[in-house]
Amino acid sequence: MTDRTLRGKTAIVGVGETRYYKRAAAPDPEFKMVLEAVLLACEDAGIDVKDVDGFASYSNDRNDPPRLSAALGCKELKFSNMFWGGGGGGGSGAVSNAAAAVATGLADTVVVFRGLAQGQFGRFGQGSTANVAAGPGAFTAPYGLMSPAQTFAMRAMRFMWEHNIGQEALRALSLTSYAHAQRNPRAVMHGRPLSAEDYDNSRWIVEPFHLFDCCMENDGAAAVIVTSAERARDLKQKPAYILGASQGSDYRQAATAHNSPDYPTSNFKTVARNLYAQAGIGPKDVDVLQSYENFTGGVLMSMVEHGFCKPDEVNDFFTPENFYFEGGKLPLNTSGGNLAECYMHGLELITEAVKQIRGTSFCQVPNVNISMVTSGPMVQPVSNSIYSSEPNP
Amino acid sequence: MTNATKEAYLPAGLPAPAPSSEGLATEFWDGTRKHELWVQRCTKCQTWQWGPECCCHNCNSFDLTYEQVAPTGKIFSWERAWYPVHPALKDKLPYLTVLIELPQAGNVRMVGNLLGDPMQQVNIGSDVEAVFEDHDDANPPYTLVQWIVKS
Repeated sequence: MTDRTLRGKTAIVGVGETRYYKRAAAPDPEFKMVLEAVLLACEDAGIDVKDVDGFASYSNDRNDPPRLSAALGCKELKFSNMFWGGGGGGGSGAVSNAAAAVATGLADTVVVFRGLAQGQFGRFGQGSTANVAAGPGAFTAPYGLMSPAQTFAMRAMRFMWEHNIGQEALRALSLTSYAHAQRNPRAVMHGRPLSAEDYDNSRWIVEPFHLFDCCMENDGAAAVIVTSAERARDLKQKPAYILGASQGSDYRQAATAHNSPDYPTSNFKTVARNLYAQAGIGPKDVDVLQSYENFTGGVLMSMVEHGFCKPDEVNDFFTPENFYFEGGKLPLNTSGGNLAECYMHGLELITEAVKQIRGTSFCQVPNVNISMVTSGPMVQPVSNSIYSSEPNP
Repeated sequence: MTNATKEAYLPAGLPAPAPSSEGLATEFWDGTRKHELWVQRCTKCQTWQWGPECCCHNCNSFDLTYEQVAPTGKIFSWERAWYPVHPALKDKLPYLTVLIELPQAGNVRMVGNLLGDPMQQVNIGSDVEAVFEDHDDANPPYTLVQWIVKS
């Protein structure tokens, strides 16, 4: 059964993104933005949208494939897929589902997409104002623990205590994203540079997270197109071959009331192992990394669990210089990511990873062969993916 | 001696706790009304389990019960919240939320608030004891489990 792998069998051949907006600032409804992103991705790939025969998304995206397929006049729908679980944990997972569908012949041209319009719909980051919290929420909400920031700060606080990690490590991640966003005219925080002093003076949201440790909330839509490696060679763009894409959750990570047996974790220990095994590479081979920042503390644990450094090396390794696209040891979040480009639930990290393979990023790292994404630390399930300029590097 | 208070740490208006629609945690919330701490436990393999579930995660038995445990624990993690995630909290910032480990119940963990000065230094590993916070005027009445550092 050596053939049971996705390695090199599929590629991302098109990317499409609407303009990215501040929260509730989009002039268009969410569904229309998703249509726009899909059409842009098809145009980018040189594929007729009528030939799109599959859609995959995550985080209970509201724009369902049957409606998308009908609205776009696609000839038929062969794959209509939702990755379960909240937050951005399904970004790479949706890519892996699309790739699996293509690799096994369920569909030929699958769009992975995400749309968000928080003016039209509700916000993240606010607790429920219901009168009663029944079930697992009863163990947290009455104590004022209601938001994602609070849910995850508890894990990060324990990890930082266990390994004596300073606030400067989190700050380095925030400064990196903002520095890269200043070169990216599409970034919502373009023209809004952030200094170490700005970070230090910013208000706490929940310790150990300052304002700038938390992702933005934004409006927009993004889409990428997955097809077979054979077909990818003949299309318009340089393919970003999917070398590996993994998804899942460690033992009982979703135990309620903060009872996962392994607590100070990004939930990537098993998923990172599975990704590297599938891709046949290790962390030292990665040229550029997009690591999902819901909160910087999650990036920290995710990078450790993906083997980029040991916990006791974090204080030394986590500097803006080491993560900068020019001359950095590990160029990180080179578009500005969720903190400073756009919170497109991490799909913008996948488009950036593809741009790094193509050589078209605003913060282009030279000679990228291996480009990696980790999606949604600390949620359940999480996912990750590795892209390559060759199907079999 | 059990600690109890009728003074709420957080302002009125936050959601009241309730068992799940499957009935999970009914015994727990009934217990807090009597100022007792009860944790789910498997009758077959004796595994402690929290939050409560429909079957034992160890042996998968459905034969689960609740057992009363001493209302004490250790601080496993903590956070100080400065942002009002709910309108009721806007005049009560900051406040402390803690994650408490219960060594006497298989190291299960419970979330609560740490009573006292919200700016107090919080030390992971500190011994704490439960304070049962009665909300007798709520309909139906309920009792939260809060924590205070052992003196």
